[in-house]
Amino acid sequence: MLVMDFELKQETLIVRPSGELDLGAADYFRSAVEEALRIHNARNLLYNLNKLSFVDSTGLGVILGRYRKITKNGGKVYIVSPQPQVRKILEISGLLRIMEEFPSENEALAKIG
Amino acid sequence: MRRKKRYSNEMKLEFLSVPSNVAFARVAVAAFASQLDFTLAELEEIKVAVSEAVSNSIVHGYGNATNRFVKIHAALTADSVEIRVEDGGKGIENVDAALQPAFSTDADRLGLGFVFMQSFMDSLDVKTAPDQGTVVTMVKKLGAGMARTNPEQ
Repeated sequence: MLVMDFELKQETLIVRPSGELDLGAADYFRSAVEEALRIHNARNLLYNLNKLSFVDSTGLGVILGRYRKITKNGGKVYIVSPQPQVRKILEISGLLRIMEEFPSENEALAKIG
Repeated sequence: MRRKKRYSNEMKLEFLSVPSNVAFARVAVAAFASQLDFTLAELEEIKVAVSEAVSNSIVHGYGNATNRFVKIHAALTADSVEIRVEDGGKGIENVDAALQPAFSTDADRLGLGFVFMQSFMDSLDVKTAPDQGTVVTMVKKLGAGMARTNPEQ
């Protein structure tokens, strides 16, 4: 079960997924983020993962899919406060090497400026 | 009969190849494994490994067909859980390639499934043949920590 929350700040779409991101939720995640990006015409993407309790390689795939699209247009993708088990997955996969991580949304937005 | 006496407990699951059953499978196996004294972090690792194996069966084995069955057999010894995930799908043509990081036949998928299974479990065995399905067998030992964390070696 996955619930998504969106907010636009400083040309940055804040995505707050709550629950579990796997094969059962991947299509929903992908289309919800795509639609929010289209509506808000956002430049950057910020994933606040503090309520994401589970992710696997399928979930990482849809996160990375949006990364490619954003960076192609000169934007950046940020990760905020992943839970330990999710962070471990991000780390092993190498995603934390391409997406900057922040402890809070405010600190990430301050960096974006 | 290939039932092995060394198991202190066993369970079998069989469920349709629908995406929502990925969560069902990992939660069920983790609940079963929690009869041993695994840490919460270890149970999370088991969940990821099961999630990967079942997702592979649905997406690759059955090509996202939702009317097939995935089978799981899980067994406990005194200090380990052995998990077998089995499908009757098309099999993996090149197992060695599939075991490498970033090998994926699908653009939005990372090809990290087997990397996570290898990272989070203490052993991983894949038996497969074209059109004869795939059997993934993995073992997680109590208190062994994370076996291999670096997929880039």
